[in-house]
Order: sequence, then C-alpha cells, then structure tokens
Amino acid sequence: MNTPVEFLLWVRGPGFDIALVVLLIGILIRLLEVLILGRKPDYSEPRGAELGSGLRTVITRTLPEKGSFRRSPFTVVGGYIWHIGFFISLFLFIPHIELIHATTGLSWPGIASNLVDAVAAVTIVTLVAMLFSRLSHPVKRYLSGPEDYLTWLVTILPMITGYLAYHRMVDPYPLVLGLHILSVEILMVVFPFTKLMHAFTFFIARWYNGAMAGRRGVQS
Amino acid sequence: MQKLQDIAVRVEGKDSANPPVNHSNATPVMHEVLHSLKQLKERGVAATIDLKSIPFGPGDEEELLHHLGCGEVSIELQSLGKSRICETLYPGVWLIDHYNAAGERVALSLEINRVPEIVKSQPEDISDAIIRLEQQLNPDSSA
Amino acid sequence: MAEELKPITKTLGESLRESGVSRRGFLKFCSVTASMMALPPAMVPAIAASLDKAKRPSVIWLSFQECTGCTESLTRSHSPTVENLIFDHISLDYHHTLQVASGDAAEAAREAAMHENEGNYIVVVDGSIPLANPGFSTIAGISNLQILEETVAGAAAVVAVGTCAAFGGLPQAKPNPTGAVSVSDIVKDKPVVNVSGCPPIPTVITGVLAHFLTFGSLPELDSLGRPKVFFGKSIHDRCYRRPFYDKGLFAETFDDEGARKGWCLYRLGCKGPMTYNACATAKWNQGASWPVESGHGCLGCSEPNFWDAGGFYNALSIPDSDVIRQAAYVVGAGVAIGAAAGALNRSKQAKAASEHETVTIDDLDKRS
Repeated sequence: MNTPVEFLLWVRGPGFDIALVVLLIGILIRLLEVLILGRKPDYSEPRGAELGSGLRTVITRTLPEKGSFRRSPFTVVGGYIWHIGFFISLFLFIPHIELIHATTGLSWPGIASNLVDAVAAVTIVTLVAMLFSRLSHPVKRYLSGPEDYLTWLVTILPMITGYLAYHRMVDPYPLVLGLHILSVEILMVVFPFTKLMHAFTFFIARWYNGAMAGRRGVQS
Repeated sequence: MQKLQDIAVRVEGKDSANPPVNHSNATPVMHEVLHSLKQLKERGVAATIDLKSIPFGPGDEEELLHHLGCGEVSIELQSLGKSRICETLYPGVWLIDHYNAAGERVALSLEINRVPEIVKSQPEDISDAIIRLEQQLNPDSSA
Repeated sequence: MAEELKPITKTLGESLRESGVSRRGFLKFCSVTASMMALPPAMVPAIAASLDKAKRPSVIWLSFQECTGCTESLTRSHSPTVENLIFDHISLDYHHTLQVASGDAAEAAREAAMHENEGNYIVVVDGSIPLANPGFSTIAGISNLQILEETVAGAAAVVAVGTCAAFGGLPQAKPNPTGAVSVSDIVKDKPVVNVSGCPPIPTVITGVLAHFLTFGSLPELDSLGRPKVFFGKSIHDRCYRRPFYDKGLFAETFDDEGARKGWCLYRLGCKGPMTYNACATAKWNQGASWPVESGHGCLGCSEPNFWDAGGFYNALSIPDSDVIRQAAYVVGAGVAIGAAAGALNRSKQAKAASEHETVTIDDLDKRS
C-alpha cells in the first residue's frame, strides 16, 4: 500500500469485507445473546394489552420528556440535531444512496448535495459542542468513561473525513476518499461492541418497558 | 447481422420531435454578458469572455450563438489566418472568431466593448504605415 | 551539422514583424496564446508585452519507454498550429522522431544545443525510465537514465509529458517488469513540470511551453507538479453532466435510456471525481468532443497509478465484493455464534437458578 490509489483499493476491497463481517456478526451476537436469554414466563393474569403500550412507548420515549428538557435543554436539542444531521448525511447524500444501491439494490431519492453539506457542517459543530459540554459539565464528566470518548470519536471521524473529501480539502483525492471509507469501517467494527449498539437495542428496551407496563395495566 | 443503416440514428435538433438537448450552460454566460454590458454603459469598462474556457455540453455553444445572433456589423480580418468579427443582435456585444492559416478555429470569445480592440488600428502599425506611405510618395529620399 | 546551430538572439516580436505580421496579427496571436494557456483574456496586454520581448527557447525532447502517443498528440495541437509553435517560437533542437538528422548527427545536435544554451534550455521527456536493467531502453547505445541525467544537468527546467514520464504510467503498471520510474523520481535538483495524460491534451503541452516562452518561467504547480491552470479542477467539477450526478440520474449501461439522455456515467466507472485535467474545456480533436461527451466515463489517465486503480468500469467508491452473498454467509455464521452465545447465557442463567439458596431470617441472624 504505497500509493493513495492502492490505499483506496484496500479500503474498498479487503478493508470493507473485514468491517462488514465484524459488523454483521457482532450485531447478531449482541442481539441473539439478549433475545435467546428470554424472560421468565409471567403467569399472572394480564390487566391490559402488551402490543399497543409497547409500540407507544417506543415512540414516546423517542420524544423529549418535559422534565429533562427543562433541566438540560442543550443535551436534548444537541442530541436531536446531530442524530438527525447524521442520518441525513448518511442516508440522503446521493453518493451514499448510490453505494447502497450498487451493493444491495435498494434505492431511494436523495436531497441536493449542497443541502447535505450544510447539514453536515451543523452536525460536526454540534458534535464538537456536545464534547465540550461533556468535558465542562461536572456531572456529565463524572459519568463519562473512555468508551464515551471512543464512540464520540468514531462517530465524528466519518463526518469530518466526508466533509474534507466533499470539499477536496486534502490532496490527493483518492487519499481523502480512502480515509473517509476507512473511518466508516472503523465505526462499523467498533459499533457492535460499544454503546453504539443502542441503535438496535433501544427498540427492544423501550418495547419491553412499554409492553410490561401495558400487561400490568399501568402507564408507561 | 445488423446492417449499419439499420441502426437507428437520432439527429438532435433537426425537427420538433427531436429538440436539441439543453444542458443550460448558455444561460449563465448570457447573464455574464448582461452584467458586462451594464458595466460598459455605466463605467465604460470593456470585458472579454473566453468561450473556450467554459465547460459547454454538446449544443450549449450553438444555443448561445443562436441566441446572440448576428447584428448590423460584420468584419473580416486577414492576419495570421482569417478572423470573423461581428456585432451580435445586442449592440456592444461582439463575437470574435479566430482561425489559423489552415482554417481551424483557434479561439472564440465575446468582447463587450464599443469597438473590439483588435479592430482598431494599432500605433505600431500606424507608424509602419507612415514610413511606407512616405517611401511611396518620395521614393528618392528614403534611398 | 552542429556548426550550423547558432543561438537565436532575435525576440519573438522582432521576428514576427520581420516576417510581415502586423501588430494586429500579433495581438490575435496573443489572445490565442492566452486562451491556450487558460489565462483570462484580461492578461492579453501583459502577454503581448512579454511575448514581444521573448526569445526562442531551445528544447530538447527525449523519448524513453513510451508509445509516441504524446508526440502524436502534440503534432495534432492546433492553436497555434504545431508548425507555428515548434518551428517559429521554440527551437526544437532534438526530437528523435521528428528530426531529420539521425545517428551521430542527431546526438551531435543534442550536445550542441546543450552546450550553446547551457542553463537555459528546456528538456521535454516522454516515457518512463527503466531501472531494473539499463539495457531495456537505450538511445544510440546510451541508457535512458544516463542520457536523462546528462541532458538535465544544464537545463533550466524539465517538462515530463505524458503519464509515463510524469508518474510511471503503463510501464510502471503491475508488475512493473522494467522497474520503470517517473522523471521526478530521478530529477531532484531541477524544476519538473508534469503534463500528465495518456496522451496529454495537445494544447496543454503547447500551453506549458508557451508559458515558458511568454514569461520565461514555469506556471504555478499543484501537489503532483502539474500546472494548476490546466489541472486545478477535477473533471467531475467541470463536467457538463454534473447536474445529473447531483440529481442522482445515472446511466446503468452504455445503451440504456440514461445513456441516451446523457446522464452521469459514475456507475459505469467514471473516474472524473479523482481526475484533474482540462478535458471538459480544452476538449479533443480541435474541440470536437471529449470522452464523457462521447458517452464513456473518464479513465483517470492523468492520475498516478491509473492502470491499477481498480478497473475502468468499477465505480470509484463502491466496494468491490459481492456484498449480498458475503452478508448471507456472514449472517449464517452470526446466527450460529449468536445462538451459541445465547445458549451459554441460558445455561449460566440456569446454573445460577439451580445454585440459588433460600435464605431465612435465621440464616441471616447466624451470619451477622
């Protein structure tokens, strides 16, 4: 791997294969080991339905809660901004849709590249502000461990390298494109083994909380 | 085997069923021309747009030249090959089309000016003309 | 032969005036030159002032491991015609394909030009230099490496024409049997301008020579040593098909509806996003067309390693593997390992339950 082009070929060839294998196997292990464990059978007579309450809770706990919004508005708003920005950058940027289409056959309409560019800039700034808040707020700082900083880093790296690649701020282009793909591969490898797994498990946890409350006939 | 004449050929812009493909790169140039024309009127500043530096798609250049058209003045220059200079339908906007001795186009530009610079007689050429004319009128004195 | 070569002292302005070219003709020449150098038309007066005083530079052209495509390209440059440029405005003293002299006379011409223009001549190189064995490519029995080192020693600058000279090109493609290297791998103490492309655009070759002729200096270069005026923007950024890319409209094959409508060729392997060149504006064959306009993606021929850049028809950033098939295998393996991990957890849970002891008040009393 002596040249930028060889580096690009490695990250989009063997590098991507390794990352994909680790990501898929990792996600399946993490999900199955939780799901197979199951819960003890509940022999009590249900006082309400599980389904409606479970689904409702998946949605209601995704919306900001009044109390926490009043106590820490920055964390709530910042969290929303960068999550939405990250999803727009990932799934509505036309070259990304093109990649997904070429590899899986799935496709959907994207939005204008310069709009994604603006969203990405806002997302990066918000992520930096979130880190600053985490470091400066005594409670947040106390609660943060190395994993929190690692997940922050692997999340912002694809955003930054993507921004650099789009604006051609690093020369030569195959190098910065390769770095962008590599940063995503790092995210894919780290994903299943850190709290980034919440992208899958939050459905399960919220569903379970809601379903349990529904069965007991209480509000969730 | 398919014969060459069996391959359907669609000629763009030949009839209303096949209109020319518009890559809409002519419009920004027209805006630049308008801006330069205003500058010429208000401040007397001339400008030149090198049409060979614009990434035209197929048909864009033709569309631009079609829009500009040809107006009242046409000039033909014979120096290092032919050059066709004409004022477009918009006075003050000149199309300058340079060819080399082999008849190949070597430059194509728009000049926004009262008269294109290259049309004006050049001081060096005027000096040369004076010398030559004097020689002709007084063939003895120059010897 | 060598004795007949004399350094030319007349300026370009003088020689044009003597051959009966008017000032107006000279101005026309200058505006064509400005257009060719990709400089703004506002530069024409400055170009005229410099060209008026310019002297014909001596050029020595060396051809190494090449296919003569670069020379073919140059001789098809049309603005101004190559005859104009080469024979009127530069003094091409050595080019073993174009020159009349051969054998010892040819080499004598090279040596005379080097001697008489010591420190001022330009060396143009096309082709890469083999280092694995000097015998792989020789001229008059002299190895490419030796002739390059000895000719460059007294040069003002070196212009590496074509991707082979600039970056190694085809000879350097895997497995690089001749150990080919680029000019800049060898020449370290002289300015080297890379005019890459396979072949380079003819007006870009003449544009660089015209820049040297006009200003007596080399144009501003990018990080790969290429003149920024021609290589400053990517093919992608100047492509007239770019709006289709931004809208997500792509041709899937070379004869589908998208291809006929002139949509973006990214999916067909276009290397426009990583390639820097002037094709979109300078175009080819006297401005007739260029690869993307003709319906084929850019091959990236002006970039290093373009032969080994993962296939001409593979999209730039799309993974090479069959992702669906790979994912199917991986999901199988993941399910197996996940099931095993789940079973392990269950047995751990069962074990914990079986080892669970009931604690009574009495037990607690005893312990405390």
